[in-house]
Amino acid sequence: MTAIAPAAPVRAKRVLPGFGLTMGVTLTYVGVIVLLPVIALVLKGAEIGPERFVQIITAPRTRAALQLTLVAATMATIFNALYGLLMAWVLVRYDFPGKRLLDALMDVPFALPTAVAGLALTALFAGNGWYGALLQPLGIEVVYTIWGVALAMSFTSIPFVVRSVQPVLEDLDPQYEEAAVTLGAHRWTIFYRVILPAILPAWLVGITLSFARSLGEFGAVVFIAGNLPMKTEIASLLAFIRLEEYDYNGAAAIALVLLFIALVLLVASNLLQARAMRYKGKGA
Amino acid sequence: MSLSIANMTRRFGQTEVLRGIDLDIGKGELVALLGPSGSGKTTLLRIIAGLDWPDAGSLAVDGQDWLGRTAQARRTGFVFQHYALFPHMKVRDNIAFGLTVLPRSQRPPSAQIEARVRELLHFLQIDALADRYPSELSGGQRQRVALGRALAISPRLLLLDEPFGALDAQVRRDLRRWLRGVHEASGTTTIFVTHDQEEAFELADRVVVMGAGRIEQIGHPDEIYDHPASAFVARFVGLTVELPVTMHQGRAEAPGIDLTALPRRAMADGPATLFLRPSDIAVRPDPEGCFRVAEIVSTGALLRLQLTGPDGCGIEAEMPRRRIAGLETGQPVLLRPEAGRIFPAAPRSDQPATPAPLPAFKEQRL
Repeated sequence: MTAIAPAAPVRAKRVLPGFGLTMGVTLTYVGVIVLLPVIALVLKGAEIGPERFVQIITAPRTRAALQLTLVAATMATIFNALYGLLMAWVLVRYDFPGKRLLDALMDVPFALPTAVAGLALTALFAGNGWYGALLQPLGIEVVYTIWGVALAMSFTSIPFVVRSVQPVLEDLDPQYEEAAVTLGAHRWTIFYRVILPAILPAWLVGITLSFARSLGEFGAVVFIAGNLPMKTEIASLLAFIRLEEYDYNGAAAIALVLLFIALVLLVASNLLQARAMRYKGKGA
Repeated sequence: MSLSIANMTRRFGQTEVLRGIDLDIGKGELVALLGPSGSGKTTLLRIIAGLDWPDAGSLAVDGQDWLGRTAQARRTGFVFQHYALFPHMKVRDNIAFGLTVLPRSQRPPSAQIEARVRELLHFLQIDALADRYPSELSGGQRQRVALGRALAISPRLLLLDEPFGALDAQVRRDLRRWLRGVHEASGTTTIFVTHDQEEAFELADRVVVMGAGRIEQIGHPDEIYDHPASAFVARFVGLTVELPVTMHQGRAEAPGIDLTALPRRAMADGPATLFLRPSDIAVRPDPEGCFRVAEIVSTGALLRLQLTGPDGCGIEAEMPRRRIAGLETGQPVLLRPEAGRIFPAAPRSDQPATPAPLPAFKEQRL
């Protein structure tokens, strides 16, 4: 009899076949669909040269567009952060008739084509619309102002906050609150010392996604904004206009700035999340 | 502090969880609420803590009504079964929580809070864990932190829900002894809930046995062990062998079983049920005996005998290994219970009625 060959090392069986295959498919996808366009954009931007780049960015029209986009996105995100948290809270903590319907309605902004959303909002808030007719006598103009831009951004990105906070809130064990109650903590204290830290990472994710989406929102905004250069023209529209004018460099430079802001935000948000989750321990 | 509960009921929808609880607990006592799951013991504990409210009845502490008070105002130390430590806080912050949430006017200065936390960490023998997060602790360590958090507010009443339920056997035994020490050192009145009778008996001054929303018996552990007040308690404290017997002039009689070792009971003649511990049954070889040894299983020091009766009913007996001499499988034996409890035979709805075992016994006897 021949000597028995040493047994092959026993490997844990995995559900999906082969780490190599699955990892390969994933990386290829990320490379082709996500990384390549971003790199192409950066390379295109690099062709412009720093001097021309600064020139494009600091042009009054570009600056106004970027400023409008950032301010409106910030306004929309602050609103979404608060309202989305409240909405998630109501959907998780209370039982009421129509709860499932409301829950389903939360997805409408995602399901609706953004152009449809933009049209609907414009129709509602225009001077002769249902809301506009009420607001105009008060001197509040929404359509063709920054308010309209923020409104459209907020509408299309609100589900991000609700949908990221909701599951975490649902999983939160009521025993933590009971423990806090027996230790003498009152409602508000329990909220900010026990509940908020638990949902903070998810909330941050929702806020970041909401802001990133607002920065790039196009379809809904262009209907309600009026798109007056220097006044209500958002950055992504300006990039689009530059492209139409065959000014590829101009379009790329604006796009790069938006990309940069989004990246910085993502990194910051991830750092904050890591900080908020540091208690989970290694491997937990 | 003393605690007094009277006529308390609680129902969840159709289910009656508490059906009239009367209970008095004295200052500094360590009391166990013992019962199977669904007996209402945890609900009672939660009502005392203010996490649940009864439908009727009263709860008074030191003569003051407590049902009108919020859980925050009661400030009981409550230790949850799964500890419910705040996962995002370090051990020291978890323990300090009850002090740091006090309104500014009542809150001790932070140096004082810190000192109190250090003192508790030392008392609980977990000094080294102060800066860990709960996820970095073992079950036993979490238990100690949970207790520390509850003790930090100097509660007059300490409530523990299945305090050792989630721990393994060795840690349980250590912590039990240690908890007894904590209770004595802190001087609080302590109530804990458990389904483990060994735990209740080892730890508590008084045990309250609960079943199906009622208190079945209250007493010192020995009292309950030796004199269970009802069939329910008997089953619960390990009298797991149930034999149908006939009472005759105060003595229990059953074919094939020598019941003369049991004391006379002032009970009317008629059918009754005898409750026995497997270890209280002496098994003797006897060619006349109508029980047979069906199986002998060793559990180490003890041997467990499965005995089959005349009508096919099975009885379990336990005996030390050295007393086994002469016993073999298939052998006819005589049973002589040395201790047991007799209760009038009551039809139990939750068990399938055995089809009239008594006539069968009699026939065999003739």
